[in-house]
Amino acid sequence: MKTRNALLALMASTCLAGAAAAQDTTITIESWRNDDLALWQEKIIPAFEAANPGIKVKFTPSAPAEYNAVLNSKLDAGSAGDLITCRPFDASLALYEAGHLVDLSDLAAMANFSDVAKSAWQTDDGSATFCVPMASVIHGFIYNKDAFAELGLEVPETEDEFFAVLDAIKEDGTYIPMAMGTNDQWEAATMGYNNIGPNYWKGEEGRLALIKGEQKLTDEAWVAPYATLARWGAYLGDGYEAQTYPDSQNLFTLGRAAIYPAGSWEITGFNALAAFEMGAFKPPVKNAGDTCYISDHTDIAIGLNAASPNMEAAKTFLEWVGSEEFANIYANALPGFFSLSNFDVPMEDPLAQEFVSWRSECESTIRSTYQILSRGTPNLENETWGASVAAIKGTATPEELGQKLQEGLASWYAPQQ
Amino acid sequence: MPRIRWHIVVFLAPAVLVYTAVMIFPLFNTLRLALYSEVDQARVFVGLQNFRTLFGDPIWSEAFWNALGNNFWFFLIHMLVQNPIGIALAAILSHPRLRFAALYRSAIFIPTILSFVIVGFAWKLILSPIWGIAPSMLDAVGLKSLFAPWLGKEEYALTTLALISVWQFVGIPMMLIYAALLSIPEEILEAGEIDGITGMAAFWKIKLPLILPSIGIISILTFVGNFNAFDLIYAAQGALAGPDFSTDILGTFMYRTFFGFQLQLGDPHMGSAIAGAMFAIILVGVCIYLFGIQTRLRRYQL
Repeated sequence: MKTRNALLALMASTCLAGAAAAQDTTITIESWRNDDLALWQEKIIPAFEAANPGIKVKFTPSAPAEYNAVLNSKLDAGSAGDLITCRPFDASLALYEAGHLVDLSDLAAMANFSDVAKSAWQTDDGSATFCVPMASVIHGFIYNKDAFAELGLEVPETEDEFFAVLDAIKEDGTYIPMAMGTNDQWEAATMGYNNIGPNYWKGEEGRLALIKGEQKLTDEAWVAPYATLARWGAYLGDGYEAQTYPDSQNLFTLGRAAIYPAGSWEITGFNALAAFEMGAFKPPVKNAGDTCYISDHTDIAIGLNAASPNMEAAKTFLEWVGSEEFANIYANALPGFFSLSNFDVPMEDPLAQEFVSWRSECESTIRSTYQILSRGTPNLENETWGASVAAIKGTATPEELGQKLQEGLASWYAPQQ
Repeated sequence: MPRIRWHIVVFLAPAVLVYTAVMIFPLFNTLRLALYSEVDQARVFVGLQNFRTLFGDPIWSEAFWNALGNNFWFFLIHMLVQNPIGIALAAILSHPRLRFAALYRSAIFIPTILSFVIVGFAWKLILSPIWGIAPSMLDAVGLKSLFAPWLGKEEYALTTLALISVWQFVGIPMMLIYAALLSIPEEILEAGEIDGITGMAAFWKIKLPLILPSIGIISILTFVGNFNAFDLIYAAQGALAGPDFSTDILGTFMYRTFFGFQLQLGDPHMGSAIAGAMFAIILVGVCIYLFGIQTRLRRYQL
């Protein structure tokens, strides 16, 4: 009798515990930012869960290079998480059109973002926004301040000064002038071509003209950056052809290279690794006093899986992502990922502050290949990777590269035909 | 009426069911998928249109022939380097007076059981111009000038990867040939010795003809393995198979097309068409071997 009572009590208590646990809704986030795992678990999720009891959040990132493939398979199989971290433009647009993402236009928090911020996650006519913008990344160059002081170098403003600085570092021989490799290909396009390019094609003006078909990739403004990249080869380290992205990061943070063509996303990692002081300068302009253009690329947003069983909880989370609290936590915990919201977010990190200060001095644009132009086959973004590498290695002339890219684009994109 | 032997059915069932579910069904489903395309979010039957695009469209066909050519080069290196070395190693190992034969055998075979990711990553580090030991080792013997960033140069990258793959898998032909050599009876070799055939001559005139069927099997295994290869290239060079697609083989081309890459969205139907082409190439290769070569190989009763 006694044992039976004890058993009953035990069963009753398990049932109660089960019921209590069932009240908590767990929402899962798909992401490619596996570098940010600690940040989400230690800062963002606890802040949200404290404000919203009853909702538990799980952050489950996959490797960046595999994210798109993994996510598509998961969505097709119905096993994807409730919230989907959105790549900009077509990758997410395709998910929306396939019915995997929910239209979030009527989310109250959307009012906190400008049209430019939302442009990367809207339908072509702008009628529906399907992801809440989180952050942008800014391109430029990070340099080793100690090395510059040691060699008595000034931060370059113009292109001539830039190459003079590189020559001086090369002459001295203590440092590799610039840390970049061509093995992984994307750095050459992202941190090379799309970093310096906006100064040539005048940012949005050129980018939109290319989309409308008013400019061609064979035009001087689009070919000239390749000619400049061709000069970079001489200043990269020995064997840069087989140098990978992590190699370049390590070369710079170990203090063996003086300049690193960068995206602002590097800031957190570099702060943790580099034992010297770092500074940043924006892509050099042709002549002193020219208007400068920077690539302030809408990079990351978050959307709602249409098949999510926890819609309400997920929407609560998305509203919070659009709030000032989130903008503050995210931008300061991840210096280098700049908030796209209209809130004025103070930055504590000096390097990040340096990057974000260019927003007031220069015209912002986004990477030229991302909107619409990478929809067909051949894929303009992937082709640009190869072209930028070929330019740096000198295996093709800038004119040949422009010609090849133009032919590829014209083969499927009507406004360019 | 013959009695049905139920135990045979029962014992075969697990293997047949599992193999059908994970191999045969996906294979035919992939071939079926190649005949469809996606128009406005809906899957429509297009017959052989995907194959027409693959072989007829200049952009697609250039990528395809580039991948196929690279695949043949990859295979050629294996046939010319891996298999002769494997045979030579087996011949040396089977020499009765070689000491520490078991140690060499294990050491040479161990890379075969390593994961591609480990092999790719380890060799990338070894050959790295920045941290690698290859440049400093060459420097130590005064040959630094011979070093080049091999994996990053269009003209060397594929050959380098093929040789890495040879390093990894040379143990397999070695083991197969070694087993074949051990099964040759002593009496035949002794009879040869009486007739004056010793040393190298014994290998060329007696052992080699006896192990020819094994060499045939190894060749076809190499062929199938190489034309299905993907892992090592993906682990070492990524899905874009750089530099400038010089290491792109059918496996990476198929992966990139099927699952997409960076801004390029996946296209399961074109991807399946490439997988179908790969299947056809391997099928033809295996058939040529089975009907054209294996039936003509002379076999000896030992």
